[in-house]
Amino acid sequence: MKQNETPEDVPDAVPPASENGSGADGGSASAKPPARPGGKPPLSRERLQQARRKWLRTILLTGGVTGAALSGFLPLVYARTKRLRPPGALDEKDFLSSCIKCGQCVQVCPVQAIKLADLIDGFGVGAPYIDAREQACDFSCDAVQCILACPTGSLVYKKPAFLGVRKGAKLAGAPILKAKEKDAEPTLNLAERIGVARLARPEACLAIQGKGFKGQVRGAGFNARMRYMEVDRWKPIKIADHPYDLAECDLCVRECPVKGAISIETVYAPDGSLRKSPVVHEPCVGCGVCEMICPVEPTCIVVEAREVWNT
Amino acid sequence: MNSFLKRRFFDQIAVMFGRESRKPTAIAPQAQTIHLYKRGNRDLIAEKLHARAHALHTHKWRNRRWATLLFVNLFFTVSFWLDIQILEGALTASRFIGFHLIDLNSALQVMLAHKHIIVNLVIGTGTVLVLWLLLGGRTFCSWVCPYHLLAEWAESIHLWLVKKKLVTDQAIDRRLRTGSWLVFATLAVATGYTVFESISPTGIVSRALIYGPGLALLWVLALLVFEVFFSRRAWCRYACPIGLTYGVVGIFSPVRIKYTLEGCFHEGDCRKVCLVPHVLDTVIKGRAVDTQIPIGPDCTRCGLCVDTCPTGSLKFEVKGLSKLL
Repeated sequence: MKQNETPEDVPDAVPPASENGSGADGGSASAKPPARPGGKPPLSRERLQQARRKWLRTILLTGGVTGAALSGFLPLVYARTKRLRPPGALDEKDFLSSCIKCGQCVQVCPVQAIKLADLIDGFGVGAPYIDAREQACDFSCDAVQCILACPTGSLVYKKPAFLGVRKGAKLAGAPILKAKEKDAEPTLNLAERIGVARLARPEACLAIQGKGFKGQVRGAGFNARMRYMEVDRWKPIKIADHPYDLAECDLCVRECPVKGAISIETVYAPDGSLRKSPVVHEPCVGCGVCEMICPVEPTCIVVEAREVWNT
Repeated sequence: MNSFLKRRFFDQIAVMFGRESRKPTAIAPQAQTIHLYKRGNRDLIAEKLHARAHALHTHKWRNRRWATLLFVNLFFTVSFWLDIQILEGALTASRFIGFHLIDLNSALQVMLAHKHIIVNLVIGTGTVLVLWLLLGGRTFCSWVCPYHLLAEWAESIHLWLVKKKLVTDQAIDRRLRTGSWLVFATLAVATGYTVFESISPTGIVSRALIYGPGLALLWVLALLVFEVFFSRRAWCRYACPIGLTYGVVGIFSPVRIKYTLEGCFHEGDCRKVCLVPHVLDTVIKGRAVDTQIPIGPDCTRCGLCVDTCPTGSLKFEVKGLSKLL
């Protein structure tokens, strides 16, 4: 960003040589002013000086504006964390180029899972993302409203033909929404996943330790909301208002909105013994509800944004 | 349109792209008569002084404009906060009772960067294009763009500082805006990112109003500081490609300011308040090529000149409609 607002450039009687030392343009003020084409009288030294200064200022503003604009590249180059984009998002590069940064997806989301990125995202400023730990997408709108709202096709039900689909990003079948399982049309209109859940800290997982969970998930002050079918199909409530009492913790499996995406399985521990553990399966779309609902701090299960399914 | 006005029409397009305004080479006979009459006319000087003494300064158009600008921008905010879903989105793209509206420059950036256009984008852009074709291109700048209002307030600080002789206005070459339009169009195509959107103060301020403030406002603040201390209205005058995009749309627009030569005292008050004084070069003594002249496409139709003109020589006009009324 430029910080050149010092008004030192006031045209006064500064001898031209003092400013010419570094200036590459204009140059020889000591020489006679050149005659202008068309037989016009030559410009006075003062006018020439003014013209040169105006030119310098123009270069300055050009440099400042383009520099500031191009600095948007840096966060892309140095990005440490990948942003989880809303469902139906195109691949990152295409997503950023097509997103018009209007936030209509933010406005339609019933649980307000979508936020807009700030200046630190560079070219991604104003582009939507989901912080799954704070508020994940639980598909409580049923229809993936954000895709419906997107005016530029950054979020799509189905990618246009000219955009490639990364291997493993495509879902084997349309995901079945557990909430809609009894409906005539139980599936979610989503062709690709936005990420994949991964058990990041199995050592802390309550299910693996065989522990239960009782009380409010992540405390009374946790503001995230979720749809509970047994409470109200259309009105998501605060998770804090829905306490649990589980003999064995299976929150990530219980609250996963997609059928068959995660289950508790009996697996071999590294020491050869048998134990229970949450296991992620292919239908996982990467919505992040498991990350949001995990009662351990920090979370045991995370969504790897833009990750694909590797078999 | 006679040949004099036709020449001026094309001249003003060139001026919009950054050329300096020039003295006209040919002036219509009727206009010449008036110019001649005004030369050294003592009655006119007396009349001028009289008009000066009795001039009424109104802020009619400014107030209407500010009200419209605030209404439009806060309507977005209120619609989101109250979840009434009448106007969804931000200035870059929105939906008004279901109809897509997409900002022309943002749409252009997306089309150039993404190189793929979906139907909703075409519909929204088309709707907005027709809207501003009718209302007058850069009318968007002064009547809708939220940065314009911030810059207007910053401008009044700048002018106060100028009066106190603490700063001077540093003019910048107006061709820069055409340059920046080309640069950002090229960058969008070359990088595949909507580069301009990341620094567009219009988008940043609009989103800040609707979704809450962010660090991006620092960039807007930097621009305002630059304008206060260094160069008057620098962003809108010399840099913003949105202005040029809408300016081009406004070339054929029927809504515009009309200048009437006859009553004008050529004192230049209008040029002092104008964001784009090069469109008002015609009010300089002896420059008007005809008795009535529509002001060029770079004009933002802000109405400050209409408010400030002591003689009513500058007026809003809707081409065709004024004849009917």
